Formats: sequence, structure tokens, C-alpha cells
Amino acid sequence: MSCIRIPSLAALALCASLVPPAFAQESATLAKIKSSGTIALGHRESSIPFSYYDDKQQVVGYSQELMLKVVDAVKAELKLPALALKLTPVTSQNRIPLIQNGTIDIECGSTTNNTERARQVAFSNTIFIIGTRLMTKKESGIKDFPDLAGKNVVTTAGTTSERLIRKMNEEKKLGMNIISAKDHGESFLTLETGRAVAFMMDDALLYGELAKAKRPADWAVVGTPQSFEAYGCMMRKDDPGFKKLVDAALAKAMTSGEAEAIYKKWFTQPIPPKGLNLNFPPSDAMLKLYKAPNDKPFE
Amino acid sequence: MSYNWNWGIFGSPVPTGDTTYLGWMLSGLQTTILLSLSAWVIALALGSLMGVLRTVPHKGLSGIAAAYVEVFRNIPLLVQLFIWYFVLPEVLPFGLGERFKQDLSPLAQQFLSAMVCLGFFTSARVCEQVRSGINSLPRGQKNAGLALGFTLPQTYRHVLLPMAFRLVIPPLTSEFLNIFKNSAVCSTIGLLELAAQGRQLVDYTAQPYESFIAVTLLYLLINVVVMLLMRVIENRSRVPGYIGGK
Repeated sequence: MSCIRIPSLAALALCASLVPPAFAQESATLAKIKSSGTIALGHRESSIPFSYYDDKQQVVGYSQELMLKVVDAVKAELKLPALALKLTPVTSQNRIPLIQNGTIDIECGSTTNNTERARQVAFSNTIFIIGTRLMTKKESGIKDFPDLAGKNVVTTAGTTSERLIRKMNEEKKLGMNIISAKDHGESFLTLETGRAVAFMMDDALLYGELAKAKRPADWAVVGTPQSFEAYGCMMRKDDPGFKKLVDAALAKAMTSGEAEAIYKKWFTQPIPPKGLNLNFPPSDAMLKLYKAPNDKPFE
Repeated sequence: MSYNWNWGIFGSPVPTGDTTYLGWMLSGLQTTILLSLSAWVIALALGSLMGVLRTVPHKGLSGIAAAYVEVFRNIPLLVQLFIWYFVLPEVLPFGLGERFKQDLSPLAQQFLSAMVCLGFFTSARVCEQVRSGINSLPRGQKNAGLALGFTLPQTYRHVLLPMAFRLVIPPLTSEFLNIFKNSAVCSTIGLLELAAQGRQLVDYTAQPYESFIAVTLLYLLINVVVMLLMRVIENRSRVPGYIGGK
């Protein structure tokens, strides 16, 4: 966790006490940020290329850059150019409770906006759209989901892919053995060691794993996408003032072309830590999103 | 804190529709109990054997047992689990590893690796308890056994072990409780035991508090049952004249 502190906290406290709390009524989060002079950001540790640590232990990634655009907007809105950032790493298990109990104010990583989660937290404008597909060995002969009948398939625990493939197995009686690995790295290890013939996951993350593989040329991403998912930034529920500000900041980044430049940087160019290139051009859905930002989930 | 409590979640059907979330929890509970009990059998058998070997008057045998304990006690459980599950099948000779991976179902692979791992890890600890039990007996007991014409194995079988085991029941109870709690580590290789089902419920429903509270209560339930059971055994096997005996 890194914490950038400004030296003159006393001066800041003085400023804060002079300015009337204009946002207190509109947004509890903005009021909290203003009174503490700090915004608490949640990030992931190994969600490549969305939010992860680079070789200098700095948080980088596509989602992280977009989150910093939001921070800029908060600074401008509160007229607090010296706003301190408090970065907290989160996991897929603790991210929702940490938002709810106020440890973090906003999280941008690779969190899917869905109806179950929307009962607990609020989601910003969508920042990324993925499709769920398969990674397999090039010579495995697997081209699409029906080819998986009777085989071992791995997916990461707690993901939409896990849900979809279990449902498909049940409904179409494919007789697959489904392995739920702890994280994407372990899923790929299960695939690499031959325990499973295919790995079902969000396509962007599959490309991320492929770029880390020992022999990237051995693997291929195949299959018709089984679902589309919208990643969003998470915030506390029932705080329309803060959500409006975040949505506006993201929409501005998308319509102005900044977001597309960030996309190109993280998905079509070499990225840290190893200088790998994911070679994952923007999908039609992404280009459409950049033209018309929205916060609609797919499920 | 803005949290929407929903205890009714346990009654609602899971996405595949074949059971409820409560059903998931109970199947996790079942796996945890089966896994821990089978690992405990391994731990008790191997641990007793190694505990005896640590005390025999033979440098080679006691050295082997000491090395065994140091290896299994000093490597973190999680690392051991990954070695059993991920590394061992890759290095087994004669294609055994390949057969393990291809012929067994993923569930069987996970369960076997987890069972052996937990069993060996706990056996090192059981070994130390058994050893301390044997060593706590007055030396005269062993000498008396030998003087009566018992061979060394007979002295262990009829004199030392019946006493030692009864003395170490309280620390063995702790190890027995630990094996249930340590079994939660096995969720990291994808085995759907209680902790994994609890986590899965969070992932599917975004209701973390209900899930973790239920998991906590179920572990507590297991451990209370084990404690009561062990207390009965302890009471029945007390040695008159020793600590806690009459």
C-alpha cells in the first residue's frame, strides 16, 4: 500500500474548515473525501492488464489509468489539487465489503457489473466489455464449446464463466468435469499441465495469460463468446452525487478519445513487467461503448 | 454501513437449479468432514509409527523419524499441498503422474492430494505428541518390561504405548481439531469443501456476511462435537494416579 501525503496537513485542514461543506447533502463520499483530504482507491494486484503491480511495485493498468482520470475530476470538483491518494489492494472476495464499510471509496479493476452485486454497491459507466471464451492447445482439436463434451475443463472460481459452464453442462448434458481453480494463474497451470483440455474465461484475461505463457505460440483462444460482461468501477450505493461525477469523468475520457488511447497502450503495445504485447484489438462492442458511454450490465 | 441482509439466500436455488445454496453448504460440510476424518486416520497411523521410531534406541531409525518430522513440520501446509497436487504428478516416474491426471476425475485428484497432504502434515505433529508421551513415562517402566523378559517391541506394545496414548489424549484432541480447520486450505486447489462453498456463495450472491457467519458456525459445530467426543474418550481412559486421573 502506498500513501502519498502532502506536507501541510494543517493548512489543508484550515482550508477545509473555511469552505462550507457544499457536497455534504449531495454526496457523503465527496464530503468524506473533502474533510479527510484523502481519496481511498481500491485496486487489484494481478489483474493484467487492468490493474496490477508492475516491476517497480507501482499500480498500473487500463482500469487504474481510468480511475486516475476520475481522481482528476474529483480534484477539480472539490478544488483540492493536493488531494492525497490512499491505495488499497483488494481481492474478488473482499472488494464489496471494503466498499461498503468505507475502507475504499472507489474500485476500478476487473469487476463485472451484475444484478446481484448491484444490490450491494453502485456501478459506474462501463469501462470494458469482455466475452467469455476458451483457451486451448492449438493441436487439441477443440474449436468451440460442443467439442468439450466428456472432457476436463478448468475455469476460475467465482467468475461468470464458472456459472455459465456449469449451467451449460447441466442443460446440454455434456458430461464435462469442471475444475474451479483459485485464480487465473492456477487455472492456466491446470491447463498447461494437461489436467484440463480447455480454460474458459474472459477473453481479455485469456490474452493476458497467453502473453505470460512459456510458449505463447502453442495456445489459441477459440469459441463463440458465451456471454458478454461489462466491467465497471464500484462505489457505495445510494450516493448519486459521487456516481454522477465518476460517470461524467469516464464519459468525458471515452468520448474525447483518451480512453481509446489508454486501451491501445495496454492492449496493443508491450506492457510491464515483461514487455509483452497482448495483441488484443478493441472489439466492436468496445468501440460502440466509447461512442456512447453507459452503465448498463449485460445480465 | 449500507448492507442488505438476506438470510433467505440459503433457501434460494443455485444458478444450475439442482439444489439450494444451503445444499452447497451442506455438501461442503460433508466434504470437510470426510476429508478430515480420512486424513486423521493417516495422521494417527503414521504419526504413531514415527513417534515410536523416534524413541527407539537405534540411531538410524530415530534419525529417519526426526528427519521426517522436520520436513513435514517445517514446510508450510499450503506449500506442501501445492507440491502434492501440482508438482508430484509431474515428477512421478513410469507415467504414473500422467495416469493420475488422466484416469482419475478432477474431484478424486483433488481429494486424494488433499487427504495425503493433510495426513502427512498432521502425522508429524502427532509423532511429536506420541514421542513426548513415551518420554514422559518413568524409565523404570521400560526397564521393568525388559527385565520381565519382554522383547523391545513387546515392551512398547504392552507397557509403554498403552500408557503413552492415554497421557497424550488432550494434546491429540488439539491436533484433531486442527485437522478440521487446516482442511480449509484445500479450497486453494479447487476442492469444494466448506470454506470453498462459503466463498463460492459470496461470489454468486454478493452476500458475504451471511456466508461467512454460516461457515463460522458450521466449523464451530464440528469442533464442539469433536471436543465433546474427545472428552468422553479422555474420561474413560484416564490413568489413576496421573494428572486428571483419580
